[in-house]
Amino acid sequence: MLYFSCVSLGWLNVYAAVYSPEEQTSLFDMSTNSGKQLMWIGTTAILIICILVINHTFFDTFAFVFYGFMILVLILVLFAGTNINGSRSWFKFGAVSIQPAEFAKVATALALAKYLDVPGINLTKRKDLLYIVGIIVLPCILILASNETGSTLVFASFVIMLYREGLPGWIPAAGIAAAGLFILALLFPKLYIFLGIVALMLLIVLLMPRYNRSIPNLLALGVLGIGMMVYVTGVDFFVNNVLQKHQRNRIKVLVDPTIDPLGVGWNVTQAKIAIGSGRLQGKGFLEGTQTKFDFVPEQSTDFIFCTIGEEHGFIGSMVVVVLFIALISRIVILAEKQRTKFARVYGYCVAGIIFFHVMVNIGMTIGLMPVIGIPLPFFSYGGSSLWSFSILLFIFLKLDSRRTALTRR
Amino acid sequence: MLENRKWIIIGVFCLLGLVYLARLFYLQILDDTYSLGASKNSIKRVVEIPYRGQIYDRNNQLMVYNTPVYDLYVTPKQVRIADTASFCRLMAITPSEFDSIMGLAKNYSSVKPSLFLRQLSKEDFARIQDALVDYHGFEPVISSMRTYPAQTLSNALGYVSEITRKQLDNQDLTYYRQGDYVGHNGLEEQYEEQLRGKRGVKFMMQNVRGINKGSWKEGAFDTLAVAGQNLVTSIDVEVQKYADSLMQNKVGAILAIEPSSGEILVSVSAPTYDPNLLSSRFFSKNYRSLIKNPYKPLINRPIMASYRPGSTFKLIQALIAQQQGSLIPHMVYGHAGSPVRCHCRGGNDLRGAIANSCNPYFYQVFRKFMYFNGEHNTFKASAVGLREWHDMAEKFGIGDRLGVDLPSERKGNLPIPEYYDKAYRGALRWKFSNVYSLSIGEGELLITPLKLANLAATIANRGWYITPHYVKGFGKAGVAVPAEYLEHHETDIEYKYYLPVIDGMRAAVTRGTVNPMANIPGIDLCGKTGTAQNAKHGHKFDHSIFIGFAPMNNPKIAVAVFVENAGWGGDAAASVAALVAERYLKRKTEALRLDAKVKAARFFPPSDGIPAIKRPVVPKKDTTHKPEVPKPLMTDTRPKSATLVAVSGN
Repeated sequence: MLYFSCVSLGWLNVYAAVYSPEEQTSLFDMSTNSGKQLMWIGTTAILIICILVINHTFFDTFAFVFYGFMILVLILVLFAGTNINGSRSWFKFGAVSIQPAEFAKVATALALAKYLDVPGINLTKRKDLLYIVGIIVLPCILILASNETGSTLVFASFVIMLYREGLPGWIPAAGIAAAGLFILALLFPKLYIFLGIVALMLLIVLLMPRYNRSIPNLLALGVLGIGMMVYVTGVDFFVNNVLQKHQRNRIKVLVDPTIDPLGVGWNVTQAKIAIGSGRLQGKGFLEGTQTKFDFVPEQSTDFIFCTIGEEHGFIGSMVVVVLFIALISRIVILAEKQRTKFARVYGYCVAGIIFFHVMVNIGMTIGLMPVIGIPLPFFSYGGSSLWSFSILLFIFLKLDSRRTALTRR
Repeated sequence: MLENRKWIIIGVFCLLGLVYLARLFYLQILDDTYSLGASKNSIKRVVEIPYRGQIYDRNNQLMVYNTPVYDLYVTPKQVRIADTASFCRLMAITPSEFDSIMGLAKNYSSVKPSLFLRQLSKEDFARIQDALVDYHGFEPVISSMRTYPAQTLSNALGYVSEITRKQLDNQDLTYYRQGDYVGHNGLEEQYEEQLRGKRGVKFMMQNVRGINKGSWKEGAFDTLAVAGQNLVTSIDVEVQKYADSLMQNKVGAILAIEPSSGEILVSVSAPTYDPNLLSSRFFSKNYRSLIKNPYKPLINRPIMASYRPGSTFKLIQALIAQQQGSLIPHMVYGHAGSPVRCHCRGGNDLRGAIANSCNPYFYQVFRKFMYFNGEHNTFKASAVGLREWHDMAEKFGIGDRLGVDLPSERKGNLPIPEYYDKAYRGALRWKFSNVYSLSIGEGELLITPLKLANLAATIANRGWYITPHYVKGFGKAGVAVPAEYLEHHETDIEYKYYLPVIDGMRAAVTRGTVNPMANIPGIDLCGKTGTAQNAKHGHKFDHSIFIGFAPMNNPKIAVAVFVENAGWGGDAAASVAALVAERYLKRKTEALRLDAKVKAARFFPPSDGIPAIKRPVVPKKDTTHKPEVPKPLMTDTRPKSATLVAVSGN
């Protein structure tokens, strides 16, 4: 149910985004994005039926086959793909383009689930962890090579699943701490951060129980502090020298949205204007001025949330956010009920991927995240993403249906 | 244990969801900068300029209206021109002009329209209209242009042109924007607010490239433009045009007033120009050539040129002296003992003195006036006397602006004792013998033709005047006339003192200083001539002045005429005044010989008139006019100070 409301809302919003008053196009006109989106929805429905008809063991059995196939396709696209917006990650068939990176997520999720399904796998063991990281990183490298940084970052969402499956808590904690330091490093001069780190270390030493103040512990703490300082310096170097120009700008805009509102900051500024102008109730369906008159770029794909925010206001945005949280929570709860570890792991992967997409996509339009070009699940225009999210979700539903079938028996 | 992690995960999901909702709440509800930003982005105010009010004369004859003209706009991106050469021929421009206009337009924007040609006339537009179909990207926009069918009254009307930077910066309420048209000078400026109407505002939506996308909220917040009010003036166009023709080849001014209402009937500034020159698209070129013209056609002489009133001022002297009690109409003064010369035989009473413009008579009148007080010291007595003289003369509306409904009226000068204290560097250092030039309207007196016409109207009314004005109503006559133009101003001179003066004025026309030809039968003209001293300023002739009214009883028209460099007041100026009065009263001209004579006369300053240009013909900047210290004039000596001087009369 949640899925269908998302898809149909998404379809209407794609229509609103491309709607322009002088071309009174129909919702169903095949030449516009909304028309195409309808076609994608149609094909997705067929896919869904196929998935639901296929025996569940199919996904279980062929998980690694899918994975291997996707890796091959990803390698292929590097050489045979079409170049769109500087990333060589699309296959073009006539008027229709397909992005294999979208489907790589599904395959990777299946592979991970299959691997973890083997009894005795323990995530605290270094060897098992290395295999898992290998499964995740391999497609990452291939996608990165095709210049799709956004899709690569999505693979970080598997951390959620791994955490559930017994990944030690300090790994995600360290990741969050690293991200926090990263932002601090951009916001404040290095000297202050160094002083802050030193102060923090001293504080920890003071608060430590006396019996814990052994030389090795203090030494470890010192190494940690120096490590953080090195990291902060590294961030600076990384941002200024390693990242590409557009990526560096996106991060800078996040930190200080007022820089260059007509150039680098244009997307974010206009997105915020569009959403902010929606107020409580919004301007009404098809009445949005900012989105309709192309002030917001990429509004039927990555910035689709602007259309929602402007035309349906806070109420509309709230409905969408709550809808997603409900969907994700539902998936997590269902995943917990699974009998097989395979289905549970897969369910967590699905929840993680959707969660990551939603947070990053909405976050960038309201200025909480840097601009990363990944779609809003089920809303954004685009066949590949709709297909992949539907496949992702419905494989899980198929697995779930088997659970209910079992209980009934 | 690991199962519990599900709650942590769901908790993190919900927490982040809440953070996002809070952020959305802040963006969409609390902070309104974004919604303001959206209106700035996408809603454009489009101003609709209403039609400017038309201007009519007192008989409802149209004097100024708006002609539709076409501004041609070009949108560079849409332009498809197969043959530029033939296009340029059609538009009557050169290929290089075409290139430069297109270059500017492209620079501005390739998708927004910019001005290509402005103010194409109907005829021009009709010529290119059909051909335009073949050229994409050109769009005509209708606009309007002031048109003056009567081709007269240019100076008093003013003109309409683009707002100047200074006006733009100085406006109280920010009503105008750059490129707006406003009235400059004259009635167009004076009644700008009524004439311009009320602008309408339309809110249009535009996309990211600034292209219009229809009206916003179906025009719920739009206001309609309200057309400007029509101005009915008191001018009589037919007489005005006739007066124009009389002033051909002359420099000067005519101002005629209806005494009973203060309405200005005729307002001529000569030489004049065709008002249409300043409304076409050649405005700047025409304006430059007008401003370079040595005869300064852009000066509105009736209100801006300050002349010495000459002998016409004797009328005021006669009136205030009678009121003061120092003059009885039967008094006779001879020429003896007067430093001013005269052309008459002498021995006049007041009537004869006015008729013959006897200088010594008024010298004696003024002398008596000045010393007609308790002071024995002549210096003190002069100061007291001059103060009284100033206060009484001031009641006739001279000495300060009258308050006519035109901008830039000049003040003129009516000296007060302090004025001479300053000139003589101290109080009580001057007396009557230093200032007697005032007695015959010379010296430091400066007065505009408007004020002299008002003096004629005051005498015609026997004691009061209404401030002269051009406005007769808005929409139709009598509507919304400002209250100050209905108010009577009293001179505080008793009625009976006017009678001998008017007798004298009538006598001046019938047997006095006025050219007998100007005594046109049937109009009963009363008047006073004046000859403002000018010949000493390097010019051959003095200025010819005449003020008067007609008919003698129940006067219908009061008129003042200045003809520069035309010599005696009784000739050129009186003839013009008589002809104007006749045309107004009879609606036709019967004195054809006089008419022909006046029209044939040429009184331009000398053709080797370079000094005339360098030194203004008349002292125009009266307020800054600093007299040299006047020296007492000895009998029969020529004045030594050229600027100040005062021998005149006829």
